[in-house]
Amino acid sequence: MSPLKRVTYFVGLPILLIVLWYALSFGSTNFFVPKPIELAQTLWTTWIGDRFFDDVLPSLGRLAVGLFFAIALGIVLGLLIGSTRWLRNLLEPLLEFFRAIPPPVLVPLLMLLIGVNDSMKVAVIISGAIWPVLLNTVEGVRAVDSVLNDSCRSYGIAGFARIRYFVLPAVTPQIMAGVRQSLSIGLILMVISEMFASSSGLGFTIVQFQRNFAIPEMWSGIVVLGLIGLGLAIIFQFVERRVLHWYHGLKEITHDS
Amino acid sequence: MTVSETTMNQPVQAVPMLSVRGLQKIYKVPGGEVEAVRDLTFDLAEGELVCLVGPSGSGKTTLLKCISGLMEQTSGTVELNGSKVTGPPKSMAVVFQEYGRSLFPWMTVRANVELPLKNQKVPKNERAALVDAALKSVGLDHVPKSYPWQLSGGMQQRVAIARAVAYRPQVLLMDEPFAAVDAQTRADLEDLIRTIWKQLGVTILFVTHDIDESVYLGERVIVLSSSPTVVQEDLKIDLPAERDQLNTRALPRFMELRSHVYAEIQRAKLGPVTEQITAQRRASLK
Ligand SMILES: Nc1ncnc2c1ncn2[C@@H]1O[C@H](COP(=O)(O)OP(=O)(O)OP(=O)(O)O)[C@@H](O)[C@H]1O
Ligand SMILES: [Mg+2]
Repeated sequence: MSPLKRVTYFVGLPILLIVLWYALSFGSTNFFVPKPIELAQTLWTTWIGDRFFDDVLPSLGRLAVGLFFAIALGIVLGLLIGSTRWLRNLLEPLLEFFRAIPPPVLVPLLMLLIGVNDSMKVAVIISGAIWPVLLNTVEGVRAVDSVLNDSCRSYGIAGFARIRYFVLPAVTPQIMAGVRQSLSIGLILMVISEMFASSSGLGFTIVQFQRNFAIPEMWSGIVVLGLIGLGLAIIFQFVERRVLHWYHGLKEITHDS
Repeated sequence: MTVSETTMNQPVQAVPMLSVRGLQKIYKVPGGEVEAVRDLTFDLAEGELVCLVGPSGSGKTTLLKCISGLMEQTSGTVELNGSKVTGPPKSMAVVFQEYGRSLFPWMTVRANVELPLKNQKVPKNERAALVDAALKSVGLDHVPKSYPWQLSGGMQQRVAIARAVAYRPQVLLMDEPFAAVDAQTRADLEDLIRTIWKQLGVTILFVTHDIDESVYLGERVIVLSSSPTVVQEDLKIDLPAERDQLNTRALPRFMELRSHVYAEIQRAKLGPVTEQITAQRRASLK
């Protein structure tokens, strides 16, 4: 696809929807649905300035720290559990149980345990976003190719070298699939952790707007969240293309033949 | 440990490089046992190139896995240079049947060949020289930056061979390495193996189910019976050392040898069945 074509595909539908929205809200006086231009203005005046530094950046910071630890811990623990058979058999039912708990219910618990602070919010993000990475990694390690494994063994590639050159790259496709889910879970939990007993952050501000009937501001907050999600998706794709270029190439070839 | 060191330390009446004694492997499967290999005994002297032929399912892969220390045998012993093999030995390299799954798809050809050396902490310069030489010897010095999956099957298997060659093993085990490549490539690869063998003086055990291939390649051919497997015959191949695809295969001696091996394999396949029939007859005579 040519770059121009790609850009057209990328922005085509959003533009169409905005036009549609503009047409439908033209002349409407509904208090709860803002008009596009009004919303764009609000977006600018509400979020560019102090709020950006007081609410948006701290939220993003907590999200970044939470995701980093969720992914790093998920990979490390996943490699450990996946390569130790007894540990895997012992822990797997338990892990599935924890994964099944909806993470928002952990917020009150973590508030009691940690208190209402940044650590609690980061902990909420980690406790929800770790599972897809962790379980995918365990599953991936279990399924590494037996012939590659034998190759490693016969060349004496063991221990850390085995992880570094064989297991970790082999599991990367599963890890990335897990990370993709973790990103959206992380974003959700970032907002939820700020809705309870908090005095700043994106989630807090949006709820605040809603309570004060600042409807266009509330909508603009939702747009900010959407943009953050989009940003995460773009970063993810960029990283995934680099890390897994071999995987996509391999898949393309096996599908062709 | 280098090859020359060990040769120097060896007594003149050398211990065989590889010695297999009474090897048996029984697989435990749900609801019973499968005896893949019953009783195998044979030796490989240092620098020999021996082919192992046997019908499909006769336990060739099983045998190779036991020899290479990747799998534990049920009974019997494998000795490399006089010491018992209990795990994958350092001085052995294996080329697997499934070439598509034995190279790391996330590494370039060069990185694949280099990895075992890197793992052995071979200094960088030496490593580069070894990798270059190995890639050159298999005729792949033009694609070091490609990924394995961008190459044809025959080329992938050559990368796997280059990796084994660069590692400088004392013993090289190959499990039907050419089973899945086309006839022309296969002929080239066969000549490649003989060239490498002569250059490196490495001991090679080459497993195949192709009779012609075994006779063309080997200095000796070991014929396996069908499962449960024993050594059916151990045959010396007295063909000239210089072999080439056209002339060697046209030699009357080549024809004789291949017919002989063919007959042995047929006998191997029929073996247990004929025994069964005789047993039945005997039973019905009573
Ligand atoms: N992991 C296993 N578990 C149980 N049985 C096995 C296992 N691997 C091999 N076998 C059995 O052992 C016998 C020998 O198998 P093996 O793969 O060693 O034969 P082979 O000579 O290499 O065959 P081929 O020429 O098809 O590669 C077969 O009957 C097979 O079903
Ligand atoms: Mg086999």
